[in-house]
Amino acid sequence: MDVGFLSDTFIKLIGALPVTLEVWALSVALGAIVAAGVTFMRVSGSRPLELFARAYIFVFRGTPLLVQLFIFYYGLSSFPAVRHSLFWPFLRDAFSCAVLSLALCTAAYQSEIFRGALASVPPGQVEAARACGMSGFRLFRRVILPIALRQALPSYATEVISMTKATALVSLVTLWDVLSVALKIRNDTLVTYAPLLVAGAIYFVLNYFIARVFVFIEYRLSPHLRPRPS
Amino acid sequence: MNWTVALGFGERGWGLALLEGALMTLLVSIAGLAIGAVFGSLVAWAKLSGARFAGAVGEAYAALFRGLPELLVIYFVYFGSSALLTGAGHALGFEGFLGVPPFAAGALAVGVISGAYQAEVFRGAFQAISRGELEAARAVGMGRGLMFRRIIAPQVLRFAIPGLGNLWQVALKDSSLISVTGLVELMRVSQVAAGSTREPFVFYVAGGILYLALTSVSDRVFEFAEARATRGMKRPGN
Repeated sequence: MDVGFLSDTFIKLIGALPVTLEVWALSVALGAIVAAGVTFMRVSGSRPLELFARAYIFVFRGTPLLVQLFIFYYGLSSFPAVRHSLFWPFLRDAFSCAVLSLALCTAAYQSEIFRGALASVPPGQVEAARACGMSGFRLFRRVILPIALRQALPSYATEVISMTKATALVSLVTLWDVLSVALKIRNDTLVTYAPLLVAGAIYFVLNYFIARVFVFIEYRLSPHLRPRPS
Repeated sequence: MNWTVALGFGERGWGLALLEGALMTLLVSIAGLAIGAVFGSLVAWAKLSGARFAGAVGEAYAALFRGLPELLVIYFVYFGSSALLTGAGHALGFEGFLGVPPFAAGALAVGVISGAYQAEVFRGAFQAISRGELEAARAVGMGRGLMFRRIIAPQVLRFAIPGLGNLWQVALKDSSLISVTGLVELMRVSQVAAGSTREPFVFYVAGGILYLALTSVSDRVFEFAEARATRGMKRPGN
């Protein structure tokens, strides 16, 4: 193991970072949209919608992501109906299939975070807003959403970081992300530790930056909790 | 093949193999959680001790294993522990490759990850013990060992149950990743069955349902344990 090999490995792995980042960003964003829908159903007050949301969360949080990923990637393609459907070009592609699977999984976790955040909005604030004549979307946008978002941030950061770690699973459905490139280098060169160590360092630094960004956002969103400048 | 035959217990059925896989998943997760408890309590101890160096090592360990992908840790422990063992074997005069059994490597990998999170659970549980009780124990002349056994350990375990329940669920789900090392647990059995019968959907869904059964049943077990452990305590709202 020498410096030349390490820098060579590093350059190759950085080359695979865009795949990891794309899977991560797309699945987190798509997951947030799905989660918003699931949360809406969960708190809608309509019995069937609430039951559906509960079942969705139960199934996706109760099974390993790897099983879900394999059901989507290997399982669905065994149905001729799926292979002849409109969605086949989308489901056949490992990248879009992985993004879909990761997004549906994180949506279950994210919607629990959203629900907790909604529950933490003090009823007095909602009452006050109503007393001022706000209702419907305006009440949501001006009062509920800002409070809930700030409340959700710490757990949301944890979930987003766990998603960068979850992207490593896409190496098992033929995508060339950071981990799978590291495993390939390991196989080709028979160097035991170095490629995995370099990959680990990349993931670690990535997660560190994401955590810093969330700390910064949290700081900006909570000026009222800091002591006044004297 | 008909899926009722494929999942059945007949000669061509995979029912028994799936159940055995689920048992292996359960065993490797329990071993992982137990290993994690050892790492976790050591790190919690290091952080609580106030010793600078030990605290920093504990902090670094926890930060490291929370920031790395679980799959990478599993590969690293699996390949790395075999390389270490082979190296040790060479030093002792054994030739050739010595592999660490996938069960041991998998349980160790799940354990070191779980330990990074369990450290926080144990630390929080320790801090939830009322200071007065520790003072009282010292006042009646208990030594450190006796105080740990009679006052600290029972309460830490009680306060840690909800956190450990969550981490048990995580360990159970993480254990599916050990399938990459070839350990014949639930995920691996599902993969082999899916490959040999060409019924991937049936077997991955069956595997998923068994995981769901494991997570939901064990969730109830932890709920029961929590209710039992806190039966003598005041609950808010009562």
